[in-house]
Amino acid sequence: MTIGWYLAVSAIVFSLGAVGVITRRNPLVVLLCLELMLNGANLALIAFSRMWGNGDGQILALVVMTVAACEVCIGLGMIVAIYRKRLPVDVDELRELQG
Amino acid sequence: MSAVLFFLAAAGAITGAVGVVMLRNPFYSVLALVVHLISLAVLFLLLRAQFVAAVQVVVYAGAVMVLYVFVVAYVGDQDDSLGERLRGSGPVASGLRLGGALVGGALLVELLIALLGTGLVAIDHYGAPYSEAHPEPETFGTPGYIGRLLLTRFLLSFEIASFLLLIAAVGGVVLARRRGGIGEDEQRDVLTPLDLLRPLGTGTMREGIGRRES
Repeated sequence: MTIGWYLAVSAIVFSLGAVGVITRRNPLVVLLCLELMLNGANLALIAFSRMWGNGDGQILALVVMTVAACEVCIGLGMIVAIYRKRLPVDVDELRELQG
Repeated sequence: MSAVLFFLAAAGAITGAVGVVMLRNPFYSVLALVVHLISLAVLFLLLRAQFVAAVQVVVYAGAVMVLYVFVVAYVGDQDDSLGERLRGSGPVASGLRLGGALVGGALLVELLIALLGTGLVAIDHYGAPYSEAHPEPETFGTPGYIGRLLLTRFLLSFEIASFLLLIAAVGGVVLARRRGGIGEDEQRDVLTPLDLLRPLGTGTMREGIGRRES
């Protein structure tokens, strides 16, 4: 398959992730949808790496995976802390930072 | 053969993504994400990124998803599905339906224009030909190739990524402690020099067993 097909798949996955981030209310699912967006970007990076025939895109994809792992670590820690404080696990209810 | 494999993997990836967004139970969303990640690993293999595909399966679909499953089991599934909210009535549901579809559709159209409508001729080809300037087909994407790149050209990003992981590990420990955040009511009765070195609320036996002494 040509590179364009892979890019189309990555665009679809990224858009689905964005829809999930803006419509779901459970912060766990919001984090999962963020993973979807990062994976869409990863697929585009690796497709471009194959397109140019060098490995820079693959290295960048590995760095993106590292950032995603850090984000999961901090995000899940925050969700566990919210749950322990007996606050509602819902991004619509948690609006204390809104001012 | 590769075309068949591509369509199977792409269908799996998109189905998994739809499942993550639409499913009601967060636990099933995690499982759908595992399906999505493994399909993406197949796509990476088709693009000759063997090492990244292996990392995707082992680290992402293995370790990170186990973490998610643990937290879902801990927090519980207090969820409302997207489908239920879309079926509901009232200004919130209709606004959500309209806004979500609008933003998603606009983003998809924009991305497709940006990616496929470029002047890049190469996206209609099967990838770069292998020449002397580029690595051989046998070495492209192998662990040795990635490792050499990481330790030569991309040494700085490698070090920054490792430092980021260290910061995230420390942050995760601080956030998920049993007492939940920096202590509000910690009293230091007798100050020793060691107390001044450690941050508030860390490093005590009480913190480890989660009991507050009054």
